[in-house]
Amino acid sequence: MFAFALPMASEEGGFIPPSVSDTHLPEIFPWAAEYGTGFGKQMLMIVLSIVLITWFFSAAIKNPKLVPGKMQYLAESGYAFVRNGIGRDIIGEKNFRPWIPLLFATFFFVLLNNLFGAIPFLQLPSFSHAGSAYAMAIIIYGTWIAVGLKNHGIRFFKLAVTPAGVSPVMLILLVPLEIISNFIVRPLTHSLRLMATMLAGHIIVMLAASGARHLIVIQDSLALNGVGVLVIAGSVAMYFLELLIMVLQAFVFTLLTAIYIQGAIEADAH
Amino acid sequence: MNSTDFILAAGESVNPLMPNPWEILVTGVGFAVLLFIVIKVIAPKFEQAYEDRVTAIEGGLEKAEAAQKEAEETLAQYKAQLLEARTEANRIREEARSEGAQILEDLKTKATDEAARISEQAQRQIQAERTAALSSLRTDVGTLATELASKVVDEALKDDARAQRVVDQFLNDLEAQQNAGASN
Repeated sequence: MFAFALPMASEEGGFIPPSVSDTHLPEIFPWAAEYGTGFGKQMLMIVLSIVLITWFFSAAIKNPKLVPGKMQYLAESGYAFVRNGIGRDIIGEKNFRPWIPLLFATFFFVLLNNLFGAIPFLQLPSFSHAGSAYAMAIIIYGTWIAVGLKNHGIRFFKLAVTPAGVSPVMLILLVPLEIISNFIVRPLTHSLRLMATMLAGHIIVMLAASGARHLIVIQDSLALNGVGVLVIAGSVAMYFLELLIMVLQAFVFTLLTAIYIQGAIEADAH
Repeated sequence: MNSTDFILAAGESVNPLMPNPWEILVTGVGFAVLLFIVIKVIAPKFEQAYEDRVTAIEGGLEKAEAAQKEAEETLAQYKAQLLEARTEANRIREEARSEGAQILEDLKTKATDEAARISEQAQRQIQAERTAALSSLRTDVGTLATELASKVVDEALKDDARAQRVVDQFLNDLEAQQNAGASN
């Protein structure tokens, strides 16, 4: 099964743990080309997620019923969760409506791409690749600045870095910190938090799989084979932990998006 | 190149923070497409469905409220009517009672009057008959007595005036005697 491309431990003995490069599979187009030179599995999954999200939510709301069916109920719950649970609660009743689509698209885009890491055969969280995480963070970062400029003009840059009610002496200290924190660190943490958790989860899956294989297939000792079975059992627990983290990170990413937008809209309020 | 070489070779050079530019492009464009679809199609439909539901529920509630209000109004109306009818019935009953009493009173008075009238009439008739009988008796007795006396005492007593005087005297005495007897 080439698609899994689990790292093959050396038959001669020593176990070689999987590395980041193992998440970089050869490209699909051109077929089996070196990673980074064409269209690969990760990009295919990005496209797949867009198709799936569009299909599911369009189909669910195609003929909306007053009393929803199962599919419509599920879709509406998801929509309402982002709309009310994230959008309205964070951005506020007055301003949240224009941001529903962005938050909705962000949440389900990240969520589904994360969950791909838990689906057999796909088994790769798209955001374990830094490029995708950067792309999302750049989009949100650009949105944040655009919203701030639209609401406050060029003054936004001043508002964003000067906390209100602080003495001028403290401002000398705080302004550089705020500049670093808001304009440099923020997009990095926003993207790397997502990327790192997904990559770590994926490496754990790979490590468990390759480790179990090594212990069961390569080792001759019965005791070590037994430990390999334990590794598989433990990896099931890790799988559910990963599921939790996948959902949680999608939520956190969207929540931060909402918080940034809210901060840009009401930059003068704090 | 065998798999171990591949892993070792790749593992040394890969920095997980280095993005694949193609992935940035695909993700960026892909997300833009998704966002466009969500803005144009998905979000409006969900909002519409939500609005429709709110409208339907609120409409239903309003309808129910209107029906409730109408029912309450009708009830109040019925109660008022019932009260009115009861008052009316009481009034009519009271009227009937007083009217009955009046009629009874009238009838009693009328009966008493009638009785008095009849009794009076009877009294008067008796009186008249008595008077008539008395005068008739007086005349008859006088005539009979005179005739008897004339027959008895013959011609000597044919002087009418004297005879009449004697008779009247006799009768007056008789009457006086009778009256005295009655007053006793």
